Amino acid sequence: MATELPVIVTSDLETATSGSETATPRDSSRAAIPEPTVRVNGLTRTFGERRVLDGVDLEIRRGEFVALLGRSGSGKSTLLRVLAGLDPGAKGEVEVEGTVAVAFQEPRLVPWKRILANVALGLQAPDPRAAALAALEEVGLGELHGAWPLTLSGGEAQRASLARALVREPDLLLLDEPFSALDALTRITIHRLVLDLWGRHGPGILLVTHDVDEAMLLADRVLVLDRGVIAHESRVDLPRPRHRDHRDLIALRSTLLTRLGVTLEGTT
Amino acid sequence: MSAPVVDVGVRRRAVRAQPRVPRPFAAAWKRLLSPLVIVVLWQIASSTGLLPERLLASPVKIVTTATDLIQTGVLPEAIVVSLQRAAIGFTLGALAGIGLALIAGLSRVGENTVDPLLQMLRALPLFGLIPLFILWFGIGETPKVALVALGVVFPLYLNTFAGIRGVDGKLGELAQVLRLRRSAMIAHIVLPGALPQTLVGLRQSLGVAWLALIVAEQINADAGLGYMINDAREFLRTDVIVVGLIVYAIFGLLTDSLVRLLERRALSWRQSFLSS
Repeated sequence: MATELPVIVTSDLETATSGSETATPRDSSRAAIPEPTVRVNGLTRTFGERRVLDGVDLEIRRGEFVALLGRSGSGKSTLLRVLAGLDPGAKGEVEVEGTVAVAFQEPRLVPWKRILANVALGLQAPDPRAAALAALEEVGLGELHGAWPLTLSGGEAQRASLARALVREPDLLLLDEPFSALDALTRITIHRLVLDLWGRHGPGILLVTHDVDEAMLLADRVLVLDRGVIAHESRVDLPRPRHRDHRDLIALRSTLLTRLGVTLEGTT
Repeated sequence: MSAPVVDVGVRRRAVRAQPRVPRPFAAAWKRLLSPLVIVVLWQIASSTGLLPERLLASPVKIVTTATDLIQTGVLPEAIVVSLQRAAIGFTLGALAGIGLALIAGLSRVGENTVDPLLQMLRALPLFGLIPLFILWFGIGETPKVALVALGVVFPLYLNTFAGIRGVDGKLGELAQVLRLRRSAMIAHIVLPGALPQTLVGLRQSLGVAWLALIVAEQINADAGLGYMINDAREFLRTDVIVVGLIVYAIFGLLTDSLVRLLERRALSWRQSFLSS
């Protein structure tokens, strides 16, 4: 399906997934397919009467950058929490291979530990402090290693949170809207930082976000979670850094926005 | 053709800084003035016989009595005895209060076992227990220490327990994600998180400790500040009574500022936030 599009492959999965057991036939043409880090089959989660996740199928390959879009309340954070092992109430098959690290929406730095101790917290390494310091240098916070979390700006705190996640050398990095509270300028620099870190460490990434541009600029694959299932998938094979005014991305943006239930009236 | 963007320039306005020169000494003097006036009036009332000594000794008399009591060694001896009671009682009560709070705070079974008992005991009036304590422990040191200890237990228990339960659940999730062992989670997240509230409990319990000591020392004491005060009452020595009260007050203030110092040290992560 949709093989004529060279850079962006878009497919609506609402009907497609119901029949196929593994939703990856189009990838068989690729030369080397890395092993999946995450494999989710028929994941269901209900809160009382509400079915937030209703049979989600998801695969994330080793080193793949996947963005998960969804309206607020669509269950995207619930899905991430299941993968993080924070939600024992979900039903279905969930396989996560290797180690998982999480960066939350709020940086969740422990306020009574200095930044270095926050990054080193629970770290199993020969020299946790040295490893933590190296991670802080990597995110550009080396000089602030002795600072208290409450004195940090939002962007700095989120960098520290990223350092704490990455210092564990995870196979899967879960990002739960970690940039949504940052101002636009800080967000641009931290996007670059994330791509940079991803390129160097190569973990699989699941980025949960409601920001269409963020998803398109960063991810290999953009998924839309709607009514409890992955309703849409777009593969973005553009080189990075990407520009938001790229012709293909403009088209993709309106597709994704439509999938998210936003109609752009009055714009051309 | 009108330009879409108009540069209106920046209007500069001189803002005159109004320096407020802080004068700490002046402020301190202003606050000292009214107490000083009262002391002077008190002294005048005493000297003119308006305020008889059997009701209240004059400030000058109190000062000379205090130096007297210190030089003869009566006051230091009494202080040592009272401090000992306070220290032993406080230590026992603090250990029990914090220990029980840990048991109740860190496990559901512990909470169900410990909390109802303590909530029941808490409802008992502390000083109403004195007759029972005398029957149980006699009139020696034990009932005095026990009363102090019991008074200390509850504020520390309640605050530490609330502190543990009030630790941000999101940090608990973080500990889970970071794969902290339970012991590490308690050491790095739960206990430091409960510390601010525990220190509030510490201040409250020190206040109760001094109060309990003063009351306990009124019962059949043969040494200590309470004994000194009671003895003085028999001889209408209001000067000695006031000296005893001042010593109690000084110790109360000292321990309170000690806790505040501890707070500044232990909670510097919060201090840096408040001052920035």
